[in-house]
Amino acid sequence: MEELKDKGMSSASQYMRFVVDFHNMMVDKKITLAYEGEVTQEITKAFTSMTERNLDKLEENGKIKKKVYHVMVECLQNISKHADDESETASNNLDEGLVKTGLFLIGSDKNEYFITSGNGIANENIPSLKEMIDKINSLNQDELKQLHKEKMRETAISDKGGAGLGFIDIARKTGSPLEYHFEPLDDKNSFFLLKTSISRNSAE
Amino acid sequence: MEPLIINKTEDTPAVHLDKAAGIFEFSGKSLPEDVTSFYAPIFEWITAYGEGANESSKFVFKMTYFNTASSKIILDILMRLETLHENGKNITIEWHYEEDDEDMQEAGEEYADIVEVPFTFIED
Repeated sequence: MEELKDKGMSSASQYMRFVVDFHNMMVDKKITLAYEGEVTQEITKAFTSMTERNLDKLEENGKIKKKVYHVMVECLQNISKHADDESETASNNLDEGLVKTGLFLIGSDKNEYFITSGNGIANENIPSLKEMIDKINSLNQDELKQLHKEKMRETAISDKGGAGLGFIDIARKTGSPLEYHFEPLDDKNSFFLLKTSISRNSAE
Repeated sequence: MEPLIINKTEDTPAVHLDKAAGIFEFSGKSLPEDVTSFYAPIFEWITAYGEGANESSKFVFKMTYFNTASSKIILDILMRLETLHENGKNITIEWHYEEDDEDMQEAGEEYADIVEVPFTFIED
């Protein structure tokens, strides 16, 4: 009995220790929102309106606010449209609403806002995604503008409701390279991380 | 011809298309998950309008935000209007953007560069 109680106590305190560490890490990395779970249109709307309110409170510059909003929408909709998610709760059906599991973080320091999204990806889909992001990162703003124009004319809305313009648009709006990482999960799947930064000084 | 009036929501724009009143306006935000189904009735209306369009019509865009999927759809709408314009109807686009919203201004300028329809720009 005593033993069990001790065990309960120690696992509870271990958990509490984890929460304290987790909290400290969030504060240390200046993360104001961390989410892991189902990403849907409802979540996209909730997170974007919450962030808008926070930025309003901070009296953030209107241009920067719009950029943050824009990148958030594209990142969250990227997850719900493009994540490779084989779980039972996932949905690729637009009529019923898209549901995919993903990770979403937003944080800021005095120089920038950073938005990180993460989602599962089948290993076979990595090369084409990597090639696309590398290409976008290699272009300057004029070249991105040109590519955006070409793609917008050529593209058609996919069965998932996307236009294939998200990454180009994020790169244009933020003016910074897209940082990414593929973390292997098993021999078929990886976890795709994308980090975007929006300078708080880009208003001028 | 019946007007098409759609109220705005958190993720879809207000749409006011009224041939008799000569009002053709899109305003607000556009980031629906399913752009195709939201915009389907709008394309239907514009196609029908093309059958007997007014001699001149001014299409007003007062968008405050749209996602990339919507940006493609807006181009498709503008290209439909371009066809009307080529068929001899006088079509103009009035593109509004909020004060200092250079991204929205630039988006309009890029559309103006792609479609052969006269644009005017208004900073609200």
